[in-house]
Amino acid sequence: MRKVGKQTWMYENPVYLNSSGTAVGPKEAEGPLGDTFDISHDELHCDEDNWELAERKLMEEAIHTCLEKGGLSKDQIDLFLAGDLLNQNVTSNYVARSLSIPFLCMFGACSTSMETLAVGSALVDGGFAENVVAAVSSHNATAERQFRYPTEYGGQKPKTATSTVTGAGAALVSRKKSNIRIESASIGKVMDYGTKDPFDMGSAMAPAAYDTIKTHFEDTGRDPDHYDLIVTGDLSGVGSPILKDMLKEDNYDINANHNDCGLMVYNSDQEVFAGGSGCACSAVVTYGHLIQSLESGRYNKIFVVATGALMSPTMVQQKETIPTIAHGVVLMREEGGV
Amino acid sequence: MSDQFNQKQYNNTLKNYQPKPNLIVNCLKAFVVGGLICLFGQMLTDIYMNVFDMTEKEAGNPTVTTLILLSALLTGFGVYDKLGQFAGAGSAVPVTGFANSITSAALEHRSEGIVLGVATNMFKLAGSVIVFGVVAAYVVGIIRYVFQSIFM
Repeated sequence: MRKVGKQTWMYENPVYLNSSGTAVGPKEAEGPLGDTFDISHDELHCDEDNWELAERKLMEEAIHTCLEKGGLSKDQIDLFLAGDLLNQNVTSNYVARSLSIPFLCMFGACSTSMETLAVGSALVDGGFAENVVAAVSSHNATAERQFRYPTEYGGQKPKTATSTVTGAGAALVSRKKSNIRIESASIGKVMDYGTKDPFDMGSAMAPAAYDTIKTHFEDTGRDPDHYDLIVTGDLSGVGSPILKDMLKEDNYDINANHNDCGLMVYNSDQEVFAGGSGCACSAVVTYGHLIQSLESGRYNKIFVVATGALMSPTMVQQKETIPTIAHGVVLMREEGGV
Repeated sequence: MSDQFNQKQYNNTLKNYQPKPNLIVNCLKAFVVGGLICLFGQMLTDIYMNVFDMTEKEAGNPTVTTLILLSALLTGFGVYDKLGQFAGAGSAVPVTGFANSITSAALEHRSEGIVLGVATNMFKLAGSVIVFGVVAAYVVGIIRYVFQSIFM
């Protein structure tokens, strides 16, 4: 059975994550996970003329590193799945233009990292593709322009705000055996608990993460102890405690093994408000630090739940509430891989 | 699931999780930084009056211009947004904040060209200030006119 319970996919044929690539900006490189990234830039422009080009460069670098490590050339890839935060997903579409790999563009805001990985794995499992590359990117300055104010504008942000991670992550998925198996995925529903504050996305997204995690446990019959780590994408310092308390009310205690990529990627003294956010937040942490921790045997099985706030500045100005979503993917260490 | 995480209660429950802004400290920071900017403006006025022999009225325009120039430079060098995060209204309310909103928007849209990028978007943030400034001036002007013609 591939479909388990209501929203969970169990990949029937073993699907593996063969290699990954990450590229980040200066702030992420200075963070506690700085040495887990493949490529880091010491300047936010990444030697490009504008922010959009910088973000595109990050995604290209992540993909090329991923392919290089996986030992494949781009014409051996059957499908490219990608997404980002910009209007019309320009980063992904323009990167895909130069890759000439059949391409499906996806958008799930910051949940796109796990959305592309889950769908890519399903297509590999179903035999629709042999090798799939899943990639996402975000850039602090392009996101500021897209969702907030000009980069240099001197407006004051509240403590609940998050700081968009500059970076990109890519993963190569196939049925060729490796140390990291992609076991299952839980696809989230869009949740809206009626919050309106675009400067507090942790609170907005916590119910989405709660729903996906709870449904995953119900679908699989597992409990939190089944995983060495349950990691959310970018709930930050505000959303993480809400998620824990919500799950606790359903008797799922994830206090001992929960962490949030947005809290892992920066040091607390880096002036990032409540933590990191963006598609790249969960991607660079998962495809860097978490994959490495699985490879080294520090973790055996983890559940990565990427959270996304599906908001638009226009909708916020029209006083609409913020819909959110979360998708989770289970990654496990498998001995005897290449 | 208890009431606190009920969909209807959620917005109230949230307040317990959100870090509170320290209003007193924020007000104090805004007061001090805003005051320092005005003090600096006063110094500029005094310099224009004493060194360049201007009257107080004449010194007004060059003072504002100098503040705008400095604010635009600080915006370009990436300092003003940090000042804004620290001082809040203290750096937003003076004319320097207005200059920052225009310069930052101009910088932001430079990559889209001079006409459709910079010129079109320059007043993206400041436009509302100008609109309401003009409307307010108009309304106050009418009130003053009516008041004058009735009582004087």
